[in-house]
Amino acid sequence: MIQTENLTKVYQMGEDEVRALNGVSFQIDKGEMVAIMGPSGSGKSTLMAIIGCLDVPTSGSYSLDGVSVERMHDSQLADIRGRKIGFVFQQFNLLARTSALENVMLPLTYAGSSGKERHERALKALELVGLADRVHHTPSELSGGQQQRVAIARALVNEPAILLADEPTGALDSKTGVEILDLFQNLHRQQGQTVIIVTHDSYIARHTNRILKLSDGHIVSDEINHHPIAPGTPRTEEVI
Amino acid sequence: MLLSENFKIALRALRANKLRSILTMLGIVIGVATVVALLSIGKGATASITSSIQNSGSNLLTISPGRAQFGPAGEGASRQQSHLYYADYELLQKTLTDKVTAIVPSYQSSYVVKSGDQSINVGVTGVTQDYQNVRAYQVADGRFITDGDNKAQSMVAVLGSQTATDLFGSLSPVGKTIAINGIKFDVVGVLVSKGSTGFASADDAIFIPLDTGYDKLYGSNANFNGKKTINNIIVSVKTTDLMNTVSAEIQYLLRRSHNLAATDQLDFNVLNQTDLLNTLSSVTRTLTIFLGAIAGISLLVGGIGIMNIMLVSVTERTREIGLRKAVGATRNQILVQFLIETVTLSLLGGIIGILLGVGIATIFSATGLITSVVTANSILLAFIFALLIGVFFGLYPAFRAANLHPMEALRYE
Repeated sequence: MIQTENLTKVYQMGEDEVRALNGVSFQIDKGEMVAIMGPSGSGKSTLMAIIGCLDVPTSGSYSLDGVSVERMHDSQLADIRGRKIGFVFQQFNLLARTSALENVMLPLTYAGSSGKERHERALKALELVGLADRVHHTPSELSGGQQQRVAIARALVNEPAILLADEPTGALDSKTGVEILDLFQNLHRQQGQTVIIVTHDSYIARHTNRILKLSDGHIVSDEINHHPIAPGTPRTEEVI
Repeated sequence: MLLSENFKIALRALRANKLRSILTMLGIVIGVATVVALLSIGKGATASITSSIQNSGSNLLTISPGRAQFGPAGEGASRQQSHLYYADYELLQKTLTDKVTAIVPSYQSSYVVKSGDQSINVGVTGVTQDYQNVRAYQVADGRFITDGDNKAQSMVAVLGSQTATDLFGSLSPVGKTIAINGIKFDVVGVLVSKGSTGFASADDAIFIPLDTGYDKLYGSNANFNGKKTINNIIVSVKTTDLMNTVSAEIQYLLRRSHNLAATDQLDFNVLNQTDLLNTLSSVTRTLTIFLGAIAGISLLVGGIGIMNIMLVSVTERTREIGLRKAVGATRNQILVQFLIETVTLSLLGGIIGILLGVGIATIFSATGLITSVVTANSILLAFIFALLIGVFFGLYPAFRAANLHPMEALRYE
């Protein structure tokens, strides 16, 4: 599904070169649920941007779903983002004064599907995240957890190859955060959805089956998590 | 993605900031309204000047005394000494017979005119019978001055409509007597009102037989070196093609009779109505363009206002743009979305501005101060100009939005 080879990303900050990624190679298969973990400045956001086709690597290769994307143009990347990637952000990033349904339909609008198809698929996606009764509410009428569910429905509506979540619980209280993690786990188990969660929080990372740790632009560990935290388990300090 | 969806997105974005959208639009509204109103008023002025000149006949040549003056005003002393003579009229009458329909001399001077206890100061014009046709005067009551009146030096007068009202109120003046400079005249006719032609009003005038005037009224005023003088001669040319020929002929004849050398300046003017029309039209056209350009500048300022607000809007909506890009919007789709927002603003502003401009022009017309003519052209011009401004000033903010880096846009705080 995802194959990267020796990815580097260099930013020019004034006169200094900042190496955000320094030779990152890994592979994620279809149906995996993976956490990319690291403290701030480790390069995880940069890696997320490249995996999400929001940015291109300075060097190295990246193939997504069998397509080599590292040298693609803006419009090609936009197309890949629209078809293969579903983003979930920390701040939800829903359009204000716009109903849940219309927010979820947004990716389909850019993909150019017909009005009727859009409507049906958006309803289905909202049903999947448990918001069938909130389709006409606007973000300001929804709780934080509900807003994030709308954002997840929006990410799922195009049936993307990967669901890419950037600190998806960062703006939520811990109880709601756990519910959102539940939703990811269910999507992974029941729909076979490939899920990548980018986080600095090891508790959240341990909800996944595999944890990639990033530090100073390198992968420092890549471990299978044989006992992911079960859905509904509250956060406790003694969980290892 | 369909254009209609882009319009929906644009309208939603504009509605989200209603007050701001309205204020931004106001610049365009005012600009377009000014353009439409000024062009209409300019057009109306041109039309009314043109029609007033055409009403007085476009095949007329008017000969009047005086040099065309180019030098400083002080050098124009000779102007007073130049005269047209009754003899000039007789010469033209004798020579130009085949190319003209009428040659009409007139002499005008102001006098105190009394009827009962009413007393006014009014221009008394000595004319011949043809004057009526040449000036296209219509008689409301009674008759105009005839050749017979001139021959008999009858003491008769025809009143302009305003003068008739001034002297007699609502009573019919025909058959009554008036005193011009103390001399009694019988009123034989009243003219139909012509309205002001922008020059001397024909409604505020008294007409008498020219020969009667020389003999009884004008006295030594109408006399120079023993020759009878006249104020002007109107020549009605048979066809407009002959205007230039006749004009040249008149100049030749009068130059000779006035004993002017070939190098001397003419001491009279031959005014062609068509020339006058063209000159005035070009003046009003220049004025209209000038006014339109000033209004155009306000439209330009409105456009800059739109650009300003759109730049703010792009900055405010950086995250939204990042999100749209993240869910698959291409650079071009973002570009079109923002461009349509500015175009919607300017088009709405344009439409409201056109309505307002037409309203202003109509109100001006209704007050009777200025005639205004709203033409489809001026509306189209203003509309297209507003649209172009929307596109032109929308392009830069739209490019800014489209060129945002998706990752940086998403992280924007």
